[in-house]
Amino acid sequence: MATTITIRNLSKHFGKVTAVDNVSLDIEAGAFLTLLGPSGCGKTTLLRCIAGLEDPDQGDIYIGDTLVYSHSKGISIPPGKRDLGLVFQNYALWPHMKVFKNMSFALEIKKLPKDEIKQRVQESLAEVKMEGYEDRYPREMSGGQQQRIALARMLAYRPGLFLLDEPLSNLDARLRMDMRSELKRLHHVAGATTIYVTHDQVEALTMSTKIAVMREGVIQQLDTPDRVYHTPENLFVADFIGNPKVNLLDGSVEKNNLVDLGKFKIPMKTHQATGKIVLAVRPEDISIFPSPIPESVEFTAYSVLPSGADSTIIAHLGDIELIARESGISKIKMDEKIWLKFNPEMLNLYDKESGNLIVSGK
Amino acid sequence: MTEMTATMQPLPEKLLASLRRFIRWLTRPQVVLALVMLVLMFVMVIIPLYQLGATTILWQPRDLIINPGIKVGTLTLFHYNRMLTGILGQIYTYTPLAHSMTVAIGSTLLALVIGGGLAWLVVRTDMPGRKLINQLAVVPYIMPSWTLAQAWLVFFKNRLSGGTPGVFEFLVGQAPPNWLSYGPVPIIICSALHYYTFFFLFVSAALMSIDSNLEEAGELMGASRPRILRKITFPLVLPAILSGVIMTFSKVMGTFGGPNLLGSPVKYYVVATMLRGSLSIGDKADAFVLAIVLILFAIVTISLNQRAVGTRRSYETIGGRGFVAQISKLGNLKRVMTTIVVIFQVLVIALPIGLLLYSSFMLVDGNYSFSNLTLQHWIGARGTVYNHGEPGVLLNPDIWKTAWNSIKLALFTALFTAFFGVILGYAIVKGRGTRLSKLIEQLAYIPYVVPGIAFGAVYIAMFARKLGPFPSLYGTFALLVIVSVAKHLPYSSRSGVSAMMSVGRELEEAGEVAGANGFQRFRSIIFPLTTAGFMSGFLMVFITTMRELSLIILLVTPQTELLASQTMFYTENGDQQMANIVILILIAIVALGNFVIGRFSKGSSLKKGLGM
Repeated sequence: MATTITIRNLSKHFGKVTAVDNVSLDIEAGAFLTLLGPSGCGKTTLLRCIAGLEDPDQGDIYIGDTLVYSHSKGISIPPGKRDLGLVFQNYALWPHMKVFKNMSFALEIKKLPKDEIKQRVQESLAEVKMEGYEDRYPREMSGGQQQRIALARMLAYRPGLFLLDEPLSNLDARLRMDMRSELKRLHHVAGATTIYVTHDQVEALTMSTKIAVMREGVIQQLDTPDRVYHTPENLFVADFIGNPKVNLLDGSVEKNNLVDLGKFKIPMKTHQATGKIVLAVRPEDISIFPSPIPESVEFTAYSVLPSGADSTIIAHLGDIELIARESGISKIKMDEKIWLKFNPEMLNLYDKESGNLIVSGK
Repeated sequence: MTEMTATMQPLPEKLLASLRRFIRWLTRPQVVLALVMLVLMFVMVIIPLYQLGATTILWQPRDLIINPGIKVGTLTLFHYNRMLTGILGQIYTYTPLAHSMTVAIGSTLLALVIGGGLAWLVVRTDMPGRKLINQLAVVPYIMPSWTLAQAWLVFFKNRLSGGTPGVFEFLVGQAPPNWLSYGPVPIIICSALHYYTFFFLFVSAALMSIDSNLEEAGELMGASRPRILRKITFPLVLPAILSGVIMTFSKVMGTFGGPNLLGSPVKYYVVATMLRGSLSIGDKADAFVLAIVLILFAIVTISLNQRAVGTRRSYETIGGRGFVAQISKLGNLKRVMTTIVVIFQVLVIALPIGLLLYSSFMLVDGNYSFSNLTLQHWIGARGTVYNHGEPGVLLNPDIWKTAWNSIKLALFTALFTAFFGVILGYAIVKGRGTRLSKLIEQLAYIPYVVPGIAFGAVYIAMFARKLGPFPSLYGTFALLVIVSVAKHLPYSSRSGVSAMMSVGRELEEAGEVAGANGFQRFRSIIFPLTTAGFMSGFLMVFITTMRELSLIILLVTPQTELLASQTMFYTENGDQQMANIVILILIAIVALGNFVIGRFSKGSSLKKGLGM
């Protein structure tokens, strides 16, 4: 059932704006790929091109072995014939149809027998735990329930490819949490290839098998959540992923295996790197000590923000500001002296000029 | 040679790809519908306008009488010379134009004061009975525009028209002066009392949409009330006011009914009445020069207005979400204001109808005593000395046929217009940003700048004879439907666009993903979701078509007589009572239609029909 997706040199312009810029992408069967990026990065446009709702200006798209779009050959198969389902950000349930009709509409167009339609609707409702809602109108349900029906509507036509366009962004925080696990579960059970668009990195990290980070129509990195988080390929990805944000410190490598950050130096394997660099370290990879230990640097606690399971500490040293994290409610008081030590295995070095990763501590 | 073929080889493939892409573009629903509308509008709007222009610059067969030896069909500026220069230009064009302007400016200002004031009272004060006033304010618009003129005649006429006294003379014992009975003063008052509805609707919507926080902010900063009104409220309402100005001004410029009834007895001619005069004596080219003058005037006014507002359709910015408005307390004036407003509304609505009704029972026109009352004009027998021997209106099969014609025309026009509205709305909204979408939106706007009577004239120009594949349509019912549909295109496109805007594009795309083709998407998604908009457009067009006179007065023939034109002919014949009865029937049908349509479709309203 699950299909591969192959995209070659895809571009889409809106007037002078380039929404998708020469993107090539391979998605293996059964993957859960997330297109992640800030608003306006082209992720939704890319999804809509795959769905067939936009005609790209250049490139080819294959779903499985089928060429569904090719600019050079003038081919574009309509969305309904691409064997895919799409869940819209605002659900797009037809307000004048009851739940049953919403779900059966596509099946009736496919001219499936009545019994099968009924059976499929029931099954899909069960899968999203919405049995018994067949006779409701969309406006008679809560946002979360509408979301489930939108999912069920897609499940009912059993496509080989699920497309989800920011499906959780209209839900409140708690519901979003629930739906994340439900969605992951659905993908696990149905096994269909899934392309998921979001600007929420937590959604991306928690659900995906692969994440494609996009910026200005270009895919910056296509990788597993682990690698996107720990080994970002450039400063944009490093900066975009992570909450609290990654610490980026300007510095240089003059001596082998020693990074000079101006006010202090950090030992790490620098391999061939030399010259101006940016050092990236995640808040959780900085350990905090109440007294000096070897290779630690003295900072002042500027602000301490406990949030239950962990605490965020903003530390200052001159004009250098660092965000560190420790588990539990922190005992550190504001303006106290603290000693910070970087985990050398978790440091990444980027070229100052190009912003590209040159050395990964991992 | 081999190199040549190598570079030639990919060409057919490339060509094929372009062809495929072109076909795909061409078969998109919004493109198909846009192209269909483009062709329709070309036939209904562009060709007639071209014909109109062409007629004015070519020698006509009729010109042979004064200019023997000319070659019919060759270029000439003769008609422009005659109509725009010298003493004839003065009589035919400039004086009527000055009159038209006087009447249009006067009615627009008066309508602004009445409609704007009423809107403010209803939206922004604590006056009791606002809901009732709100509903009554729309009623004058539902009545034919010349109802008031007709009632005015009944009340204020002196012996100049028909030789019988009006109610005023009967009550006071002295005939009113000519300036009160006829001419610009009554025309302005009667038009303003009809068209103030535009201002009322636009301004009240704008006032409702102004966040009173904006005004409160001004108050907190220490601005005085009048200053806030002038500096904050007024600029925010200005676009709505200018929209009302455009609509009222261009409507009055092209209005025929009122000026014909109230102006003609004292030879106070406006361009619209002059135009019909020229046509009725067969001077087609001269009439069309006048039509072009009217069109140019409308274009100039509207573009000046747009420059003032800054956007083309400023009224799109108003309406929508309502805020809690700041309410002014009227204090002791509360009761007084309500009384004044209600009396005003009764005067405008009930008095004309009452007058028309009473006078329709009078055996002899001008005698208002009870002993003169009769049912002769309603159900009298055929062949009496009254009304040139015609039977009472209710017994006259011709009138029933006329009424049926009017209903049929209104229904057909409303149906086509509302249908085109959905199609235009779809093609324009779905194609937003493309040149095709912009083109049809602009084309649909053209009939707006062509005043009613000029539009009728344009249609005579085009369909009076066989033209290409089109047979001569003059005198057919179809022509009336086509001209009415064409004239209403701006309304259909506006209400269609606003209806379509309320349907999110994802709803249709979800249908696309589900595999529904264009037709299935229209049937199952677009149409059901735009029903309220469709019905509002239907209602609005039904009402305006029922009572439209300026547009069709030039096109009706005895076979295609309509109630609206019938009243005019009765009045011109001196059969005042019959004319009044026909108007009353017309008002009854419109009111009934309004009621029935309102009943069957919740959520449709005149306001929506106006694209608000």
